Amino acid sequence: MDYVIEMLDIRKEFPGVVANNNITLQVKKGEIHALLGENGAGKSTLMNVLFGLYQPERGEIKIKGEKVHITNPNIANDLGIGMVHQHFMLVEPFTVTQNIILGSEPKKGIKIDLRKAEKEVQELSDRYGLRVDPRAKIRDISVGMQQRVEILKMLYRGADVLIFDEPTAVLTPQEIDELIEIMQSLVKEGKSIILITHKLKEIMQTCDRCTVIRKGEGIGTVNVADTTVDELAALMVGRAVSFKTEKTEANPQEVVLEVENLHVNDTRNIPTVKGLNLEVRANEIVGIAGVDGNGQTELIEAIAGLRKVESGSISLNGKPITKLSPRKVTEMGLGHIPQDRQKMGLVLDFPVSENIILQSYYKEPYSKHKLLKYEKIDQYAKKIVDEYDVRTPSIHTKTSALSGGNQQKVIIGREVDRSPDFLIAAQPTRGLDVGAIEFIHKKLIEERDNGKAVLLVSFELDEILNVSDRIVVLFDGKIVADVKPSETDEQQLGLLMAGSVEERVGEET
Amino acid sequence: MVDILNAIIPAALFFSAPLIFTALGGVFSERSGVVNIGLEGLMVMGAFVGIVFNLTFAETLGPWTPWLSMLVAMIVSGLFAIIHAIATVSLRADHVVSGIAINFLALGLGVFLTKQWYEKGQTDMISKPFYTKTIPLLSDIPVIGTIFFKGVYLTSYIAIILAFVAWYILYKTPFGLRLRAVGEHPMAADTNGINVYRMRYIAVIISGMLGGLGGSVFAMTIALNFSATTIAGQGFMALAAVIFGKWHPIGAMGAALFFGFAQSLSVISSGVPILADVPQVYLSIAPYVLTVLALAGFIGRAEAPKALGDPYIKGTR
Amino acid sequence: MISNRLFNIIVPFASVFIGLIAGAIIMLIYGYSPIEGYKALWNGAFGDAYFLGETIRQVTPYIFTGLAVAFAFRAGLFNIGAEGQVFAGWLAAVWIGTSFDLPIFIHLPLAIIVAALAGAAIAFIPGLLKARLGVHEVIVTIMFNYIVLFSVNSIIRNVLTDSADKTEKIAPTASLQSEWLQGLTDYSRMHFGIVLALLAVFVMWFIMEKTTIGYEIRSVGYNRHASEYAGMKVSKNIILAMVISGAFAGLAGSMEGLGTFGNMSIQSGFTNLGFDGIAVALLGANRAIGVVFAAILFGALKVGALNMPTDAGVPSELVDVIIAFIIFFVASSYLIRLIILRFQKGEK
Repeated sequence: MDYVIEMLDIRKEFPGVVANNNITLQVKKGEIHALLGENGAGKSTLMNVLFGLYQPERGEIKIKGEKVHITNPNIANDLGIGMVHQHFMLVEPFTVTQNIILGSEPKKGIKIDLRKAEKEVQELSDRYGLRVDPRAKIRDISVGMQQRVEILKMLYRGADVLIFDEPTAVLTPQEIDELIEIMQSLVKEGKSIILITHKLKEIMQTCDRCTVIRKGEGIGTVNVADTTVDELAALMVGRAVSFKTEKTEANPQEVVLEVENLHVNDTRNIPTVKGLNLEVRANEIVGIAGVDGNGQTELIEAIAGLRKVESGSISLNGKPITKLSPRKVTEMGLGHIPQDRQKMGLVLDFPVSENIILQSYYKEPYSKHKLLKYEKIDQYAKKIVDEYDVRTPSIHTKTSALSGGNQQKVIIGREVDRSPDFLIAAQPTRGLDVGAIEFIHKKLIEERDNGKAVLLVSFELDEILNVSDRIVVLFDGKIVADVKPSETDEQQLGLLMAGSVEERVGEET
Repeated sequence: MVDILNAIIPAALFFSAPLIFTALGGVFSERSGVVNIGLEGLMVMGAFVGIVFNLTFAETLGPWTPWLSMLVAMIVSGLFAIIHAIATVSLRADHVVSGIAINFLALGLGVFLTKQWYEKGQTDMISKPFYTKTIPLLSDIPVIGTIFFKGVYLTSYIAIILAFVAWYILYKTPFGLRLRAVGEHPMAADTNGINVYRMRYIAVIISGMLGGLGGSVFAMTIALNFSATTIAGQGFMALAAVIFGKWHPIGAMGAALFFGFAQSLSVISSGVPILADVPQVYLSIAPYVLTVLALAGFIGRAEAPKALGDPYIKGTR
Repeated sequence: MISNRLFNIIVPFASVFIGLIAGAIIMLIYGYSPIEGYKALWNGAFGDAYFLGETIRQVTPYIFTGLAVAFAFRAGLFNIGAEGQVFAGWLAAVWIGTSFDLPIFIHLPLAIIVAALAGAAIAFIPGLLKARLGVHEVIVTIMFNYIVLFSVNSIIRNVLTDSADKTEKIAPTASLQSEWLQGLTDYSRMHFGIVLALLAVFVMWFIMEKTTIGYEIRSVGYNRHASEYAGMKVSKNIILAMVISGAFAGLAGSMEGLGTFGNMSIQSGFTNLGFDGIAVALLGANRAIGVVFAAILFGALKVGALNMPTDAGVPSELVDVIIAFIIFFVASSYLIRLIILRFQKGEK
């Protein structure tokens, strides 16, 4: 069998870490090949080696059977390798065409021949059924469209092998289906695809073969047709993983959070939450399912006092908090694990101890008459670090030096230890490995069992289904469904998240 | 009325030219993502080199002296700007800090060498400055001809033409597309095979050349010698023009013309009845106040290139 | 691996060293002896009581502008406007100093406080624009430098005097000058301001490291979003940091007005106290104590430079070149990091 790409026995070291070791990846022409591994397993490093951004310490790369030295991305491009990045590499104020031709512009004299370029883009788009408007500005088109522009960029450069880096993370279920169609039509046209992912179901659904890496080590390659989800999971994590989280039946009590007819605008002042109603009770975890951008961020920020409420009301323990400042809301019993831990949850340049008092530094015993009491702060920080199993050399270590999982534990320790009546956990496990995910899920359920109300927001349906006691689906700024996890499944949720109407819930179940 | 315009417009053009050149330099640099507080220093370097070359070669070169001085000032300042490029692009220095160092270095070197070569704090006056010209044919047009084409400096027109050239380069050519991409989203440019570092070096060097051009034109039309105070804030005013002009070459030119106009008012105000009563200080601070107002969004929102001031570090994603 | 703390100490020393080497090379190129040059510099800064007094006099405002820039920096703000704030403080101090007749224990503190307020007021506007509208403070503070420069000159000419180039001398009751200090230092212009400067160093250290105000400012400086999330008022902190920064710069101005000169003249350009303050803050790693050492270095360089033409024939502007190089290398600390890494690899 001929391989289009062979990465043989690759080893890549960084000071103090072996990021890749003994990894072999062989991709056949015309296949969709999955590269599976947990967050931090070394998938990106391997692809950066293939792309010429890093040089491997050992191993060789062959393209169509010939040994090559890829020392920069241009060589990778010339060899027909193209990458659709997870974070799109698009210049926002430019048009679709300008983005696509950037770096290899057709010229007329010294001028860019924009007309010719637009025609070419249109033709490519038509050929693969991408339906992209060559003249639209990137900032005006949807995320799904932007991804297609990324694909067009690769095709315009004549790429034969396309690498997709976690391409479904930002897409709606419909867009995911369309993407899979596009990938299949690309393969039909003779392209080969490497799909980087940690989502097992996607692999089962779309891929022909799958190469697994774990903690930087190459584990092996399997035929997707011959394997199961459980087997892939075990290969990825290194032990059998149960995706069902252990917990007892919920016993919801009095209403803790009540949101009524809430309207909130986003940063660009466009209405985003549009008449939302929501209740969360004590002893209950409510999961919000929904595609990113349907009002999750705005809802959370409105509850936390970080964003102005246009109309409607929010109350906590029966008291209105609609117009209160973030600090007042926190003092009234809100705990908040924010969705972007590095941007919002932590001051990365602070030592661990100073992050642990981020919500309470102004209160006794941590300060008195505006003077910080470092002795008390350190004592408390030590306690949290011990109780929440934060792995850090010292409480005085800069928080940026900690791993993602340990950073998240600092936040969870800080938020949970204050024993808030109502806890928001927004994407609490994003980017973490399985061990940390399990720890966090356990803590959330513990809080519920302690009589607290928990609101879980996540883009991972698995997580929503496993951890929640009740699931509400958020679409276009409104709650469109309210279901029990035991009475629904991913397919139904997917439809709801895509905005198929509420009434259909009854018909289909 | 015509008399007033006749006094103001040539003076405005006269004061604007150095600002236009330098502001265009600022546009190139900042569009590529490199903040250039060092425009002042680049102008100092241009003024210094222009004057020294002019004094040294006036005898041999005759009427070509100012033009060649300008060219040499441009080249030397372009080379000088490489220091800013090395610091900001390769060594990830804070752009503002590096710019301040450029200003110190240019002034320090300029005055040090002036003392070294002329044994006093300022140079002699140059004997071959730029002179005003009356443009044949065009100056014969009634009214407009006298206002715009009589007793003007050619350098003013070169500056205006150059603004349009800069616009064409930035918005119509592959080079311009790449340069702007590098300033907006360097990683996107990189993955498209554009050498981000190279583009930024080129942009900073262009800004050095244009800044040097601006400085030398200022020195050879307005100051006529070089000392520590020859360039006193013109570079920062050009920077203001870049921002007031919303990082667009034509906008920057417009802003520079307007600032030049404000400066000319403060010089000729005593001769103009309406302006004679306006305290001088209002005219002096007008460009700066207007720029602050523009930034605050009272005069249209000014949006900077997205990656302005960020170092680009390869391989982080 | 070299620790971060050690690295933070190596960078300023290495930068100063490289800067001095660069100066030596330039001296060699133009036929001077670097040893003679630096000896003249050293003697001009510390050689006798007079020079020492002058150096301390120069160090005083540097400490203040260094603190001004460093304080704003810790809040994530770049105050390039210290230059203008110095002028505002200088003018305010002289204004109070010349127009009242009060006992010394009221007059002097009043002049100093009003100078601080004047600097703070000038810094307030960029702070407000940054906090409320997100306008970048670098450009606004630069613009304000010129607005203040022209305004101050206009006030001196039209308000404080009748078209004169400089104000009258301040009343002795508003003066920081001391015959005792002058006598001690062979009639240098050294004044009591240095005591205030050292006090200010302590104040900055105390606010930053020991109070919740400093904690908030540091937090806002590192991460605005997290600070907001933690219930801090980000706008208030930005404005507060700019105002305190401006007050320090205003105090630097009062040192010139009440101590060194005792009046204020029309200024054709900037004193560079504000711009040098950026270098001082940077070299001092934005720490209060670091600012003291950096201010001593820059004060000594500036004052010592004046002795170079007479003792060694070297133009004093050489020192500006040296300072520029020092700033470059501090700012390009990545270079020094690379060199250290290379060095360590070589050892292995």
